[in-house]
Formats: sequence, C-alpha cells, structure tokens
Amino acid sequence: MKYRKPQLLQGNEACVEGALDAGVRFFAGYPITPSTEIAEGMARKLPRVGGVFIQMEDEIAGMAAVIGAAVGGKKSLTATSGPGFSLKQENIGYAAIAEIPCVIVNVQRFGPSTGIPTAPAQGEVMQARWGTHGDRPIIALSPSSVYETYYLTTAAVNFSQKFRTPVILLLDEVVGHMREKVSLPASGRLMVEKQNYSDIKEYKPFDERKLPPLVPFGEGVYYHITGLVHDEHGFPTRHPEVVVRFMERLHRKINHHRKEIIMTDYTGHVEPKVCIITYGCTVRSARAALQKAYLQKRWPVSLLNLQTLWPFPAEEVKRLADRCDYLLVPEMNMGQIVGEVEKYAHGKAEVLGINRYDGDMITPGQIFQHIEGCFS
Amino acid sequence: MKSLREEFLRTNKLPHIWCPGCGNGIVTAALVRAIGKVGFEQKDVAVVSGIGCSSRAAGYLNFNTLHTTHGRALAFATGLKLAQPGLKVFVVMGDGDATAIGGNHFIHAARRNIDLNAIIINNHIYGMTGGQHSPLTPEGKKATTAPEGTLEREFNILELAVSAGATYGARGTAAQPRLLEKLIVGASQNEGFSVVEAMSTCPVSYGRRNRLGSAVDMLKDIKQRSVSVEKLETKAETTRPRRDIAEEGAEEEGETHDKQEEVIPVGVIFSRPAPEFVERYYRGLNKEKEGKEGKEEKEGQVES
Amino acid sequence: MVYRQEIMLTGAGGQGLILASIILADAAVQDDKNVVQTQSYGPEARGGESMAGVILDIDPIYYPRITSPTVLLSMNQQSFNKYIKRAGENCLVIVDSTFVEDVGNQPAYSYPITARTRLELEKEIVANIVALSIVNTMADLVSRQALQESVLKYTPEGSSDLNLQALELGRQLTHSYD
Repeated sequence: MKYRKPQLLQGNEACVEGALDAGVRFFAGYPITPSTEIAEGMARKLPRVGGVFIQMEDEIAGMAAVIGAAVGGKKSLTATSGPGFSLKQENIGYAAIAEIPCVIVNVQRFGPSTGIPTAPAQGEVMQARWGTHGDRPIIALSPSSVYETYYLTTAAVNFSQKFRTPVILLLDEVVGHMREKVSLPASGRLMVEKQNYSDIKEYKPFDERKLPPLVPFGEGVYYHITGLVHDEHGFPTRHPEVVVRFMERLHRKINHHRKEIIMTDYTGHVEPKVCIITYGCTVRSARAALQKAYLQKRWPVSLLNLQTLWPFPAEEVKRLADRCDYLLVPEMNMGQIVGEVEKYAHGKAEVLGINRYDGDMITPGQIFQHIEGCFS
Repeated sequence: MKSLREEFLRTNKLPHIWCPGCGNGIVTAALVRAIGKVGFEQKDVAVVSGIGCSSRAAGYLNFNTLHTTHGRALAFATGLKLAQPGLKVFVVMGDGDATAIGGNHFIHAARRNIDLNAIIINNHIYGMTGGQHSPLTPEGKKATTAPEGTLEREFNILELAVSAGATYGARGTAAQPRLLEKLIVGASQNEGFSVVEAMSTCPVSYGRRNRLGSAVDMLKDIKQRSVSVEKLETKAETTRPRRDIAEEGAEEEGETHDKQEEVIPVGVIFSRPAPEFVERYYRGLNKEKEGKEGKEEKEGQVES
Repeated sequence: MVYRQEIMLTGAGGQGLILASIILADAAVQDDKNVVQTQSYGPEARGGESMAGVILDIDPIYYPRITSPTVLLSMNQQSFNKYIKRAGENCLVIVDSTFVEDVGNQPAYSYPITARTRLELEKEIVANIVALSIVNTMADLVSRQALQESVLKYTPEGSSDLNLQALELGRQLTHSYD
C-alpha cells in the first residue's frame, strides 16, 4: 500500500481526514470542546470536495440534519462531546430503528454535565451502548492513537454504510487533541464501502432477508421512513409477528457480523498470566507499562486493545480468561467496561479494575504497580 | 372541486388514523392538490414530518416521505435539502411540534431562508397525547394541563416567522380549502423559507373541552372570523397579533373582550423575497472549486 | 540509551507557545523522529497560563504526558514558579528574563527574549519563534533546516522574513548568555 509523506496530525484532524477519505460529504454539528476541531476541519475541507458543512442551531439539530442528509444519499458524520452526545441520543435511536447510516463522533470529556471542561475521561462507554431509549444494537469503536483515529473513522463510515446503522466513534480528549507523526494511506488506496442500487423495481428498503443500501430520496422510489416500527416498505405496523421479526433482524444484522465488526489488537506474551484489557488513550499507558513488565522484567504479560467496544469482544475475553490468572481493566471512569470483562471471564480469571477519575490519564506507573502486585 | 391526484396518495394505507371532524385530512388534501397544481414531478417531492396527529400525513402521501422525531422535522429537512437540492421539500408539522419542542429549528430555518415549505397545522392543542395546551393555545382556553384555562399567551407564528427571516408567510384555514391550496402553491413558488399556517379543528381534544360545539360548528366559526388580509385596513393589522386587533375593536365599541370574536387574517401575510440559503451554498462551492483547482495542497504528496 | 526528550513550553496565553510547540513537533516529523505534541486545554488556555509539551523519541511514544521535562522554557514568572517543581536535576531550564525576574537557586539560562525581540525586530509577536530558536540551539532537538521549514509552513506568508530573522536572533542570543 502506498502512503503519504509522514505528517504531524492531531487526533481530531485525523478523524476529518479519515472521514473524507471514506467518502463523507456531509457534516452538521454544533461547537463543543474538545471536538470542535473536527467541525472546523470539515468547514474548511468539505467545500473543496463538493461536500456540505453546516453549523446547526443546536446538537439535536446537528444529529437530525445528518440523518436527513443520509436520506438524501450523502455519507454523513457529526461530532460532539459529552453534553452534546446526551442531546443527540433520541435521534441516534431514530437512525437505529430507521436504519439510516451515519457516524457520531464523541470526543469524551469529564462528566456528568459540564464536569471538568475539558479534562479527559472515558465515561460514555455505557452511554454509547445504552444511551438511547429502547433496545437496539450499536457499533462503537475507540481509537488509541492518531493513526487509529484515522483508520477507525474510515471503518466507522464503512460499517455505517454496510450495516445501515449509526456507528459511534468514541474518542477521548487525549487522543482527540494530541498531535503525532502519521503516514496516511495515499488517497484511493482505501477500502471504501460502495453503494449499488440494483433491483430498484423490487426495492424493499427494509427487506427481511437482505440489507439493501438505502436508495436516496429523489431517485423515483417511493417508500416511507419512520421511527415507528415498520414493515419491509417502511410503513408502520404493530402486528406482533412483524414487530418480533423486525427487532430480531435489527439485532441480527450486527450480531451475525461480529467477526467482521470486532477489531482488537493483541500485544505481549502468548501464554500470559496477566492481561491488560483496555481501550482509547488508556491503551497508551498500558503499552508503556507492558514494555516495562514484559520487555524489561520478562514477565508473562499481555495487552488487549479493544478497538471495537460494541459489540463487545466477548470471545476474545473468554479465551483470555481461560489462559490468564488476572485480567486488569484500566479505564478513566469508576468502572464501565470492567463489568463486561467480568461477565465473560465468568470467574475463570480474577478481574481487577484500575480506575482514575480526577480528570487526568491513568499513568503507566499505576498500571505497572498492579501488574507487579499480580506477580508478588 | 378539483380532483385529488390519486397517484400522490397511498390509497392502500387509507383509511387514515384521524378522528371524525379533524381538519388534518382537509389540509393534506389541499397540499396534494397544490403539489399537482404547481406541477412538481412526483419523484422530486419530499414530505418531512415530525410527531403528532398531523405528522402522520407523510405516511399517506406517495412521495419521498420521512416521518421524523418530535419537533425536529425542519432540522432533518435542512440536511435533506442540502444533500439533495433538487428536492421540493414540504415539512408538515403540528402547532406543538413546530413551535414548542421545534421552536428553535423553526426560527433558525427562517433565519437561513432555506427553501423549505413549512405547513403548520394549527389546531391549538396537542391532539395525539389527548389535549394538552400548546404555544398556540389561545390564552384562557382550556386543556388537560390547563383545566382552568391557560395563563400563557400564544405565539403569532407568522409574526415570529417574519421577524426570524422567513420570506413567505400565509394563513389559511381548514374551512377554506381552496384558499389554502392557493397559499401552499404560493409557498412552493417562493424560493426560500415559506410558512403556511393552516388553522384547523380538533373537536375531540380542543373543541369539546372548550364548548366549541361540533366539528361543523368549529369550521363555521373559523370561516366567520376569517378576514382576507386585503380587506384589513393597514399592513400592521395583518402582522400584529390577532388579539390586539380584536381588542382595539372591542375598546372602541366599549365591549368586553370575547375571544370568539377574534379576527383571523387569512391570505398572504407577507412575501419578501431574499437570497436562498442552499442556492447560495452551492454557488459558493463552485467558486471555491474553481479557485482551488491547480493549487493542490502539499499534503497530497505520495511516497512509497 | 534512552533518547526521549520531553520539552515543556510555558508562559502566558497569547505568547504563541502552542504554535511554537506545533512547529517544533512538525520539524521533528521532518527529521523522521517520533513525536507527540500536547497542550493544556480548558479555561486556563483562554488567557491566563499556557503549557505545551513536545515529546521526541526514536522509539514509539506511548504515554503522551510529560513526566519529567528535559527542557523547560518559561516565558513568565507564574509559569516558571508552577512548572519548575517538575523539572528534574538535569533539566535544561530557559527563561525569558523580560518577565522572569526570580529563578531562586535554580540553575537557568536567562535571556531577555521579548525585550530583545521588541528592540531588534520591532515586533514582539515573534518572541515565540526567537524562544523556540533558543531552545533548539541549546538542546539540539531538530535540524536547523527542518525547524526553518516548519516555521515557514505554520506562519503567515507575508511574515516569512520576520520569522527567519527571529530564528537568527534566537541563535545569536545563545552566544550572548547574560
């Protein structure tokens, strides 16, 4: 694969580059730190590729406009932070039930509410999963570096198109704001999900057997999009059998593709006694701790970087629980993903949370201390 | 009477869910006739709606239809119109939908002067949830959440629209469907943000509680109180809140204020063309493209 | 051999230190070093004090926070007092004597950065570039050519000459330690 010349890029800027390379041509949003650079980058760059940028009157409108544009056939993305992510939830649920592809970037900051503006935290792992009312599946990805931000943004756009679902990219303030050296793939070298509107005559936007791409409004296919539970053509129904089929299909389309959607990155000992399971910027601290414990001390330690948070990498955790004595779960909250790890470890390994909630990163030392504890 | 364009209706989705005496059907029919009259191609028409009784209209219309979330129809429509500028977008909302939960989107759509046609069906009440007061419930009128009559003053939505920057505003009623049709045609022809307030009836949740009689009585009352803007003496009278007009009249004649006597100015309340947002956006885009060509950025350089 | 360099640029908001840190980081990319640049955000970044950090390494950089600066630049007294506590024994400390009057017992290189910039270039605005040039000359972080290219890349087109003069002034100042 060809790469561009190395460049200095901010996490938020890498998100913009990834989105544009994946074909995003519409952005609507509302200013909020620490995500604003994404909006600013889009405002500068979208017009150059014939795309549309609009700053909306509020966060809710930003989400709504993104869905509207997706219905109009544009690959669409919005970016926000904690308070705005809360405001967007209802419409994220709408996109889920109406099966409209879109990407929501949440650059996490310390909360709840205004919290500490704008210190880093990883408090929205569960909100990403369960933030909207009702039961629906979701895809959520979380990068730990500037390059991963680029890469996972393109993955988010691709998944949103392929599975016709909202995809959440959970950045955090650290990764969003830091600048790093990166070499991005040369344009045109990226796998980009393409839409193909064949079978337009027989088109069922909510086909029960397959998942056709959304034919944009204006193509001469008259169907209905609604947040009501609907049949294959989009029309409201409350017939229990149809409702059950609908709900099962909504979940199945994600669950049946777990292998494709779940991305993890494993480093360290092949037969570890201790494994660190973490995500986002905390992966960086874990890597530094791993370097000391595994490379310098030669302890059997490893690291599982959860690039995909939802659907949760259950199989990966189960396998590790079978082999390890300890699973360490550092996160910048009071314990969110640790509950999932416990669920799938099923008592086979001891699960220890490592938490920090004072508005700064977990340090490598803090993690190393826990590793040391497992070996003494 | 003009016939409805059958291909514009999803007849297999009928009968509709609206109660007997509801004005929504009349307004929807006027919309269909107006679209037929303007001659828009079916595939170019999108109907976006929010949540509430009126918003169900989208499901019965055979266009590109998008039934969204409560209050947000205009924000969805803004994204849709920007993504597909060729679409002729009609946004059907109720009074609570458009002016309470959706009030912010309403004023900002007007401010941008984006080419959307907002059809606000004003029945003065939240019908679907069973009769709670809305920002368009007249002061003193009863609702389940205002059992003694609401203390709140109502919006004059066309006044709101004009000051926010809308370029076409008209008021029609379910009692005069032909006029309403004409006004929607006018809205469709305006390149910019257009608002048509369609005064309607909710005999079940509003009329009954306020002793306004049957649906027919309510429609008759609306018709009697409707005065064409051309017949009103000054321009100020057409845009100022209706109550003031009625009150001034009442004071002169030394009568007590009776809300039933309020005048409903109908017709084109304002029309003041101004540059349209989406057109301006794309015009700017083409200019930018021309300027940028041949001046690619350094970051595009490729290295193996 | 640990190469890792942790550079802390501190001062008041508006002194251009964040831009200086980005320029330094960009120059490091041109030199094919690994680099991470961070800055303090939040209310203190809107006026008040400002801190930007640059970490350079040959190995991958994981933890992005500065743990113990190897280079500390302070452009005002307040930031000196705050960040000097984090400087280790071998930390190279550089201060702008225009604003930092009291360095206590701390061995520090003190240059009248802003005053000399004002005097010789008549534009105080490039004091950050002068300071950056001093830091780079003293600590030998990135190549002169890369730094110059990055300065030109991140500053307005019309101000190229001024910024090149600022780089030169910085180098000259290092010869005239007071």
